[in-house]
Amino acid sequence: MSRRGFPLLSLYYLGLLLLLYFPIGVLVLFSVNDGTTLAFPLRGLTVHWYQDMLGNRVLLNAVRNSALVALFSSLCATTLGSAAAIGVLRFDIRGKLAFVALALMPLLVPFLILGVALLILFAAFDIPRSLLTVAIGHTVVSLPYTLLIVMARLVGFPSNLEEAAEDLGASYAYTLRRVILPLIAPGMLAAWLVAFTVSFDEFVLTSFLIGRDPTLPVFIVGQLRFANRFPQVVALAIVVMLVSLTLVVIAEWVQRAGSAASLSRRASPAGAAAPVGLAAVQTGT
Amino acid sequence: MSQFAVELERVTKRFEDFDAVREISLQIPQGEFFSLLGPSGCGKTTTLRMIAGFEQPSSGEIRLVGEPVQHLPPNRRNVNMVFQNYALFPHLSVFDNVAFSLQVRRRPVAEIKERVAAALSMTRLPGLERRKPNQLSGGQQQRVALARALVNRPAVLLLDEPLGALDQKLRKEMQLELKSLQREVGITFVYVTHDQEEALTMSDRIAVMHKGLVLQVDEPRRIYERPTTRFVADFIGTTNFLQGVLRSIHGELATVEVEGVGNLLAGSSPELAKGQAVTLAIRPERMSLKAQPAPANRLSGRVHEVIFIGDDTLYYVRTENGVQVMVREQNQAPLADDPGYQAGQTVTVEWSPMSTNVLVD
Repeated sequence: MSRRGFPLLSLYYLGLLLLLYFPIGVLVLFSVNDGTTLAFPLRGLTVHWYQDMLGNRVLLNAVRNSALVALFSSLCATTLGSAAAIGVLRFDIRGKLAFVALALMPLLVPFLILGVALLILFAAFDIPRSLLTVAIGHTVVSLPYTLLIVMARLVGFPSNLEEAAEDLGASYAYTLRRVILPLIAPGMLAAWLVAFTVSFDEFVLTSFLIGRDPTLPVFIVGQLRFANRFPQVVALAIVVMLVSLTLVVIAEWVQRAGSAASLSRRASPAGAAAPVGLAAVQTGT
Repeated sequence: MSQFAVELERVTKRFEDFDAVREISLQIPQGEFFSLLGPSGCGKTTTLRMIAGFEQPSSGEIRLVGEPVQHLPPNRRNVNMVFQNYALFPHLSVFDNVAFSLQVRRRPVAEIKERVAAALSMTRLPGLERRKPNQLSGGQQQRVALARALVNRPAVLLLDEPLGALDQKLRKEMQLELKSLQREVGITFVYVTHDQEEALTMSDRIAVMHKGLVLQVDEPRRIYERPTTRFVADFIGTTNFLQGVLRSIHGELATVEVEGVGNLLAGSSPELAKGQAVTLAIRPERMSLKAQPAPANRLSGRVHEVIFIGDDTLYYVRTENGVQVMVREQNQAPLADDPGYQAGQTVTVEWSPMSTNVLVD
């Protein structure tokens, strides 16, 4: 940045940083401001919004719901995504390109449309809306991420490792357990963390599929109607953001550490997964 | 128990749009170092993969130690393979890589330890048990792959261009080592390579393959000295080809008239007939240059090109009407004592009839 001849570039970079982080900075500021209206001038430092938040049982219930949904959907998405990645990259399956394209569709279809579609589907089968329907919806939208991340990990390994194992007498189940799963484990963990964050703060799809019990984003949107509770929500947003950020950073770190340990001389598959991780950061809060 | 470790009987492998292997039959005796040699795409790797069980033959029978195995998956055949890229398990230590086939078979821990140690010392790798494959050099990875494939004492060891990734010097060392290792363990080796020198150095017998066919199966020396087809003569080493017509046969010798050179003598074989168009194949090192004519097979011409290659010098000699041969002469004396022949010099090339192979295309 300090290289001469590019003052415009540094300016552009600063502008970009400001655009990304200024709103978050403002949020942090108001979460510790002693006043119910979000307006300048600031009224003095306080942590009581954070205390109120921790005492709010409805709010904590929403956090618990979100965590449950995220846990369930991320586990499903990781299992399905990993199995699909192995199937697509290691087996001679007819029409696998079409399969990958279809599996990645949720990345492209607006959640609004996906939400309506799932809503109609569940209604058609008389499935009542609940946290379970939300979790199923989240599994669908997390699948592209988990599939891509595990695929990125798996392509880094020569495909004849399975042949070598079979040649040495191993059954496919044994090969899966001793060779393939240990190799893609870091990718699976990273995929799981990303799927968890995607689910945790998803709102659009959830708003279609939710029953009476709200998840956190649904609860927060509901709170917007009550001005005096708003600072609590701001405090909560900060906490959620920190948790999301931590998870994504861990996911990236695990991917990189995993590939460094086993493949120091190869091009890092984490590089291929990085844009996915970044996309997750942008959806975060 | 059969005396043959591997038998292929009229084995064909048809892929969607071409035949990779066409009706090949081979018999490989137990304890032999057998090479499948040929250019890429000749079907040698497909043949090896059919023996391992990774490919199913479209027709024909494959027997291992007398037992038909076409219906058995790779994990139930008593063969092991050394892969071209080694295919070591990157997340497992050297010890666990080598122990893999024993752990699959649930051998007792003490036995595993003992056999892994034995395999590692056999491939001269002791002390590296705890390393991961990416902490090893190419040569060491190669040895781990060997130890892993040998630890279970297979009836046949299959090797798919295992030295391809090593540098020239290391490759030469490993050639000798593989050869002596094979003699030591007495296991049948089936070795795939496109490197003719490698095949000649190590093998007891070589099958030269081309376009899915086995053209010739013989000892290295006979493959080199007595190629039966133009492809083999051309693929193994360097050969001069002279086109001619067979004029007469007297016992062991045939007279072939080569246009622009005259009548030349060559070793005959029963299937030859008078009047036939034939190709003569002569190795450059079997020819020599003389300043004066001598009474043998000969042609005279001018030295067109002189190429110094270290231990030998190559001379390209052209006759007046454009027939060109390459002669390989050993450099006998220091430069000052023997400057050799110069470009432009008129010389006679001579060689023995017994070094002349008659090929029919």
